[in-house]
Amino acid sequence: MEIGRGAEAAITLYEGTVKKYRMAKSYRQAELDQHIRQERTLREAKITSEARKHGVPTPIIRDISRFELEMEYVSGAKIKDVITPELSERVGEMVGRLHRGGIVHGDLTTSNMILQGDRIYLIDFGLSYYESSVEAQGVDVHVYFQTLHSTHDRAEELVEAFKAGYSRTAPAPEAVLKRVDEIKARGRYL
Amino acid sequence: MIVFGLEGTAWNLSAALVDEREVLYEKSATYTPAKGGIHPREASQHHAEHMARVVGDVIAYARENDLQMDAVAFSQGPGLGPCLRTVATAARALSLKLEVPLLGVNHCVAHIEVGKWRSGSTDPAVIYVSGANTQVLALRQGRYRIFGETLDISIGNAIDKFARTVGLSHPGGPKVEELAGKARRYIPLPYTVKGMDLSFSGLSTAATEAAKSHDLADVCYSLQETAFAMLVEVTERAMAHAEKKEAMLVGGVGANKRLGEMLDIMCRERGARFFLPERKYMGDNGSMIAHTGLIMFKSGIRTPLAKSCVRPGFRTDDVEVTWGPTNS
Ligand SMILES: Nc1ncnc2c1ncn2[C@@H]1O[C@H](COP(=O)(O)OP(=O)(O)OP(=O)(O)O)[C@@H](O)[C@H]1O
Ligand SMILES: [Mg+2]
Repeated sequence: MEIGRGAEAAITLYEGTVKKYRMAKSYRQAELDQHIRQERTLREAKITSEARKHGVPTPIIRDISRFELEMEYVSGAKIKDVITPELSERVGEMVGRLHRGGIVHGDLTTSNMILQGDRIYLIDFGLSYYESSVEAQGVDVHVYFQTLHSTHDRAEELVEAFKAGYSRTAPAPEAVLKRVDEIKARGRYL
Repeated sequence: MIVFGLEGTAWNLSAALVDEREVLYEKSATYTPAKGGIHPREASQHHAEHMARVVGDVIAYARENDLQMDAVAFSQGPGLGPCLRTVATAARALSLKLEVPLLGVNHCVAHIEVGKWRSGSTDPAVIYVSGANTQVLALRQGRYRIFGETLDISIGNAIDKFARTVGLSHPGGPKVEELAGKARRYIPLPYTVKGMDLSFSGLSTAATEAAKSHDLADVCYSLQETAFAMLVEVTERAMAHAEKKEAMLVGGVGANKRLGEMLDIMCRERGARFFLPERKYMGDNGSMIAHTGLIMFKSGIRTPLAKSCVRPGFRTDDVEVTWGPTNS
């Protein structure tokens, strides 16, 4: 049964296992297309498991092939649909732990977080990588803030709540949050 | 009603007259840097030199055809400070002389509005690509929200910079596109997407480096394929996230055929529609300012003199879209 179709993958659920297949995109050059799909599948498998060691709930990876992953099904609501300042604060704590573990997620949107019981699971690690620089962590947080602004009401409250949570667990919260402001200004006219 | 519009945020000084239905007249003067990129002061001198002729020509057309102008619109930002000041000064003077209201228009919003007007798109995810800007936007709750944008340089800037360093003449975009058509193979280059944001500076540098040991046509091709794939990927994400069934390409880089083709394929594969405005409305032009001024005017907006100062860092999402859907 297909349970979701993101921009890049088809997600099917079969007997408690989620299969995530990265689809070919015929708009892009064939070699580039295969490279992107293969590399992201690998990355996702590796870093999804790695993140758990740093206290970030993620689905257990069960199998991997060239363009496809099999993983544990996480039932629950997308944070996108249920977000509150309290939850955004806990997202902040979670991202802080991830960054402390030297991992940058690369696509911190509220559709990539699932609330199961009282735990927030982080999924979709295809754009993640190992890096501990203030810049990389800043961009990560910037992406999350941008999602809040572009898709949620009362974004400022959610941003502030995130900052509170993030500041408790992250390795360099002040430097990173300051960098986020700089990054925001950068996209502007040169 | 008829609105006079004046654009001049960067390289193109352009004045136009529009009414509700069509562009009545447009006159432009284009600044081409002697070498290298745009020099803000040189560009503003260019605009100052050509202002009287360009504006005078449009006014003369209005007189000859007995057209009464109801408002003067000008691009207030974002853009190069000196250029913006030259444009704003001329617009203020004209509005005083004609005794009609003044309207400060956001340049990026104008690209979007003229694109919708000319292409028939109603609620698109907008891919706005130019020498200065790279953004993916969509209307949500009364503002064009930025879903993704470049974290460093614009795509146009990345291509132009590459073109200059490998010795192609200005503007580099069309030459890179032409050479890309002669390529035989793809050379892997850094592909950098972060969430819905993009980075082009590393790509531009890597392409320049690759040109030292590879065929130039192959590098041009690979640069385009990589940069555009990044942009299309982010657009597709934004469409999924914002639940938009249309995409529209605007801005000078939108003239590139391959980029339009890739967006079109992506849209068709996801059952969405792709809109490409006519080329003359894609780059900077006076008509887009006049048209946006017109719909703003009709929704009751005026810019008093005291609020007509230039805004070099004017954000797209600073503008409240009070004029509602323009094509439905
Ligand atoms: N392990 C899982 N358990 C439950 N649901 C999942 C799981 N993995 C993915 N999903 C669902 O499928 C959707 C898409 O998954 P995912 O984000 O991994 O794919 P994607 O195509 O990379 O997404 P996008 O590119 O749009 O960000 C998620 O938002 C979620 O609702
Ligand atoms: Mg996702």
